[in-house]
Amino acid sequence: MVDATQTARSVGSMLTVRRGRGRLHWTDVFTYIYLGFGFFLMFAPVVWLVLSSFKTPSALQEFPPTFLPLGPITVEVEGYDDSLLLFDVTMEDGSIQKLAQVRRIGIMAQMVDPDAPDERLSIPINTREPVRELRMAWENYRDPLERFNFVSYLWNSVIVTLVATVITLLINSMAAYALSIYEFRGRNAIMLFVIGTLMIPITVILVPVYIVVTNLGMINSLWAVILPGAATPTGVFLLRQYMLTIPKDLIEAARMDKASEWAIYWRVVMPLAMPAVAVLGIFSIMWRWNEFLWPMIVLNRSEVYTLQVGLNSFQGELDVQWHYILAMTVVTLIPVIIVFAFLQRFITTGIASSGMK
Amino acid sequence: MAHVDDKLGNAGEMLQNVVAWPLGILFKLLDLPISAIQRLIGIRRMPWFFLLPNLAFFGLFVILPLLMNLAYSVTGGTQLFLQDRPITGTEQYRFLFDCGSYADPLTCREDRFWKGIFNTSIFIFFQVSFMVLFSLITALVLNREIRARGFWRAVFFFPVLLSPVVVALIWKWILLRDGILNAFLVSIGLDRILFFVSPEWAMFWAVFVSIWAHLGFYTLILLAGLQAIQPDLYEAAEMDGTSKERVFFRITLPLLWPNMLVVIVLALIKGVQVFDEVYVLTGGGPGTATQFIVQYIYNTAFTNQVQNFGLASAASMVLGVVLFILTLTQLAATRRRDNG
Repeated sequence: MVDATQTARSVGSMLTVRRGRGRLHWTDVFTYIYLGFGFFLMFAPVVWLVLSSFKTPSALQEFPPTFLPLGPITVEVEGYDDSLLLFDVTMEDGSIQKLAQVRRIGIMAQMVDPDAPDERLSIPINTREPVRELRMAWENYRDPLERFNFVSYLWNSVIVTLVATVITLLINSMAAYALSIYEFRGRNAIMLFVIGTLMIPITVILVPVYIVVTNLGMINSLWAVILPGAATPTGVFLLRQYMLTIPKDLIEAARMDKASEWAIYWRVVMPLAMPAVAVLGIFSIMWRWNEFLWPMIVLNRSEVYTLQVGLNSFQGELDVQWHYILAMTVVTLIPVIIVFAFLQRFITTGIASSGMK
Repeated sequence: MAHVDDKLGNAGEMLQNVVAWPLGILFKLLDLPISAIQRLIGIRRMPWFFLLPNLAFFGLFVILPLLMNLAYSVTGGTQLFLQDRPITGTEQYRFLFDCGSYADPLTCREDRFWKGIFNTSIFIFFQVSFMVLFSLITALVLNREIRARGFWRAVFFFPVLLSPVVVALIWKWILLRDGILNAFLVSIGLDRILFFVSPEWAMFWAVFVSIWAHLGFYTLILLAGLQAIQPDLYEAAEMDGTSKERVFFRITLPLLWPNMLVVIVLALIKGVQVFDEVYVLTGGGPGTATQFIVQYIYNTAFTNQVQNFGLASAASMVLGVVLFILTLTQLAATRRRDNG
């Protein structure tokens, strides 16, 4: 717990202000309970996903499930060609012995002691428990990468994300440049128009954009995913607000030096607007990597699926192969977690200051 | 904070070095033709040159589609292209709104549309109210003098970045018949619950998962609002010996209200368009218990046997009007907050 006087002085400490020395207010207790509970609720599902993704199909079917991915242990026993499954057997005298199973007949199992393979014992199957050890089913990760189109989904998602982000940054920064550096007739009208497009999200115009894309011959091509969302009103707005803070003298000075308008945009304004451009870039990467409904509409062939569409199609199949789905979900999650780990503060301040997501 | 900025600076520098070279070449390639354009049209018209690509995209993928949406909604038939479709006037809208009683979706001719509206309304009511409540509590907790605040903020924030498909699959795996939650219920002596078979449970989890995924976003907005409140106000209140509860209701809440309004409206805008997570989680089921408006539009236009573009467009227009009003409210709320 934090020292009382220090607490009282700190910024925005409204609920921690303590009357009296060291008296615990109910909110102090509540805070730590809430944080602990929140920690569990936010992280446990992801931890469970990762643990489950390493389980074999048979381990996944167990109920109740084991916490860690476990696999049975087999032993080589003298006189037997195949390796045998190892069991913990509760003997009649109550002691527990490690025995290997030779074969099972009905409710009885023939077992041997690996150290004394000559003597066969007949054991009721309800007195034994398989011995298991931690075993990671890496094949859950390997198989989809080799056997299914998963690599092409991954590749398609990377292409869409990168190309779309480059286009988004270029055209939105050009528009923001025009709307912030120049005074011209119609500037306010254009600004209003850009903000107006905020009111028309893709969910409202699914049908006609589909028709436009069909007319352009882009169905089942990645361009159909990349182009429609490339111009974003939030992007223009964010960049413009930032560019407005660039001193006009700099631009005048560049014009004196006979720099072209394109050079001013590229060499003067863009480098100065980098923080805002980076924020938009990160957002764009997030948007594109996670996009689902629109790609699902325009991509109908498995070769062109993005990761999200591919993942959804796997879980929609009749015979759901959860061991693959869980592993692929983890793979889809990893880039996002990496980006977040490095750029957490950047992303959170970006959201807090722009109010967009 | 300083070392984080340094880290960002380094990363930025590295990035700049990696991309600087191709960008330099690109610049040189483009400079010549664009300078020629500048000589041709004059410096006064250059802003239009810079605006052109963006406006072209908006025109082609937003404005034109909006007009087409209107056009499609007053035509019928199953043809894809507008010129082949017979004009039917307001028939699609009349069909959508043809109800015995608006209180009961089953009396409507297009009951799936009304079921979608009902479901969306129920979803929004619970999702938005609990979202506001929990994002407020979380923001208040994170705003306290706690150790490792950055870490705790990350704990609540990271699901915001996960894709809806990933979020839905994570929870689906937990909620399955043989999932870990049912294992827990059995272990404490309760019966298993088939969460995706019961309409009430399916709706509950739709709301829950959507809050889980987006809580961090709204928390951040409220946290920024809390940190903008002048600390002297709290100091003054403390000197007067004001109780914490009173400080909360008399200082924090009123000063945070503009941000709360932004959060409410943003949550409404997102809530009206709910689709991704719930679609993957429940598929709209059981039956139509978690089918929302966007899924109705999607099904009507793209997945049903007969692709009914006219009806889907009409339903889109209805959704569009709702969103138009909400977005106007959002802009007003944001403006009010930022201008005090």
